[in-house]
Amino acid sequence: MGISRRTLMKNAAALGAFAGAGFPHIWIKNADLARAAGGEIKVGVLFSLTGTTAIIEESLNKATILAIEEINAAGGIKGSKIVPIVEDPASDPATFSEKARKLVVGDKCVSVFGSYTSASRKAVLPVFERQNNLYWYPTLYEGRECSKNVIYTGAVPNQQQDEFVPWLIKKFGKKFYLIGSNYIYPKEENNYCKKLLEKYGGEVVAEEYVPLGHSEFSSVINKIRSSQPNVIFSTVVGDSVVALHRQYRAAGLDPEKMPMASLTTSENEVAAMGGDAAAGHFTSAPYFQVHKSPENEKFVAAYQKRWGADKVTHFVSEACYFQTYLFKQAVEKLATSDITPPNIRDAVKGAETIAPQGKVRIESENLHTWLWPKIAQCKSNGQFEILVEAKEWLKPVPYAAYPGQACTEKGLVEKS
Amino acid sequence: MDQFFEQIITGLSIGSILLLVALGLSIIYGSMGIINLAHGEFVMLGAYTAWLFRNYFGLGLLAGLIPIFIVVAVIGWIIERFVLSLLNNRPLDTILATWGVGIMLQQAVRLMVGSELRYVQLPPSLSGSMDVFGLSVSSYRVFLFVVAIALSVATWLLMNRTTVGMKLRAIMQDRSVSASFGINAKRVYGLTFAYGAGLAGLAGALVSPLKSVSPDMGTGYVIDAFMVVVLGGVQSLAGTVASAFILGELSGAIAFLQNDTVAKALVLLAIVVLIRFRPEGLFTTRVRA
Repeated sequence: MGISRRTLMKNAAALGAFAGAGFPHIWIKNADLARAAGGEIKVGVLFSLTGTTAIIEESLNKATILAIEEINAAGGIKGSKIVPIVEDPASDPATFSEKARKLVVGDKCVSVFGSYTSASRKAVLPVFERQNNLYWYPTLYEGRECSKNVIYTGAVPNQQQDEFVPWLIKKFGKKFYLIGSNYIYPKEENNYCKKLLEKYGGEVVAEEYVPLGHSEFSSVINKIRSSQPNVIFSTVVGDSVVALHRQYRAAGLDPEKMPMASLTTSENEVAAMGGDAAAGHFTSAPYFQVHKSPENEKFVAAYQKRWGADKVTHFVSEACYFQTYLFKQAVEKLATSDITPPNIRDAVKGAETIAPQGKVRIESENLHTWLWPKIAQCKSNGQFEILVEAKEWLKPVPYAAYPGQACTEKGLVEKS
Repeated sequence: MDQFFEQIITGLSIGSILLLVALGLSIIYGSMGIINLAHGEFVMLGAYTAWLFRNYFGLGLLAGLIPIFIVVAVIGWIIERFVLSLLNNRPLDTILATWGVGIMLQQAVRLMVGSELRYVQLPPSLSGSMDVFGLSVSSYRVFLFVVAIALSVATWLLMNRTTVGMKLRAIMQDRSVSASFGINAKRVYGLTFAYGAGLAGLAGALVSPLKSVSPDMGTGYVIDAFMVVVLGGVQSLAGTVASAFILGELSGAIAFLQNDTVAKALVLLAIVVLIRFRPEGLFTTRVRA
């Protein structure tokens, strides 16, 4: 009776699997080991490559992949390579949730980098909270969220508006026309804007929301003409931004007298509308491609070398890039057997890195990021000119518009 | 009072864009009975062709209009010849087929030129504004209005004053009888579909300087186009023209008084109610059965 070595191995493996099923506690350690097994650390990359928001999410995918490739080329994380598992959630929240579950449960990723829209983040949130995994969200957003399973590396309202709104009032006047796309992000930003306007003696002449994807702004422009605001405060998103700017210009309005002040117009949108339509308008964000720093020069050069000389970097793709480096730092602090999502989260608290925009830090209280607000004006060559740079980095306050609430390490607390 | 006229002109401008987009659909739907869900993608292809001409051949938007029409018309002809005509124009099958064709066109564009938003420059000669009854109106919007009217007139002449148009009208009334009179229905259908697709392409190229160019830009336009055609009455060119301007004025006015979100909802509601009581649309051409 010849038992070959192969069948012996097979039987042993079967026995092992059986034992594993019977005594799960033996396998807990090894199950975690599997997350960093064979010198590989698996992470998910969840940005839409098709559908409506693919326009911008494609660039987020590219910035994330670039950072991962750089880290791997420099030897990985203590010898282990980061293996990105790329999924395409097709701009659909339900698909986001399904793909997130696949990455977390099926592929056993230790973290997932993803999402542009708030809708898609809200859709995946239950998956990460239930599985106690970690989601890295690079986009500026409306705040008012306090999850222990998301690292937020984009700006929250206070980081984009605290400096911007008083600056606009001083420079152009106190009458603001608020226009946004009709969903949660613009409404929350405008809530905070109205608070600041009240504080600095500004005034809202109109607050208006257009449907997502809306592209006919002639009635809006008529209303702007008749109400004569000093500033058009825009939180319109996606391709509507392009239509609004181009129709503003075609209507012959003058950015010097009545500029648009935007929280959402980046180099990416400007490239799509043409520099002539964007010239003269203002944006507040922590990062612009023209920002001068050795880290940024390196980032822009690497990005264009990898993806094409005509590609631009912007404030969301920059966050994608530095958050991947923060992930690397956090994992480096851990022993190979300790690489689990909760440990990575604890390791990233208070972590700092020199990002292209300047030195950033993850706030341990609320897992949002200390950033460097900047105000810039768009030029006709499609790039921005930075006019105001914060002297200090600014603490993230995700509940800035809700003084009764705060996000702490224990979760959301009501202040009396 | 100025504001009132300003709003009327805005409505005309919105209406002329709707008309541009709906004209091609009206021809295809009205004369061939094909519910062409890929219509939005023809609009998109027109916009991309304009972008391509500008960036790779240095051809400006205005100079490129005729080549753009030809390019998209040829694509339309190919689709009619190799997909739709093989389905013998069975309505349900063609809905599914055109939908699939639309998705394939979108993905093809995405794979070939990427999914970034593209940008077509406003013709410099039309980038200013001009005086219309004492009001300052964007020259490009005036230009779009003129083109929309001109294309409608051209289409009417083509349908009513040419041999091809006469043949098409004969086929619409009775395909088998007209075939027995020696009319090649297949050829006429191919040409009609190509013409409709070409018009959609032109519309896409013409609106691209005011809006954005992306692979899925057609989705919004196809809905607008169907609303115009259904409201105006299938088979009625005059109905399409009238309903485009009615919808333009209506949505412009509601957007001014309320906002665009409310305008969209109310206009849709109005159409649903109207269709309930006049299923044939506002205008109908009586055809002896």
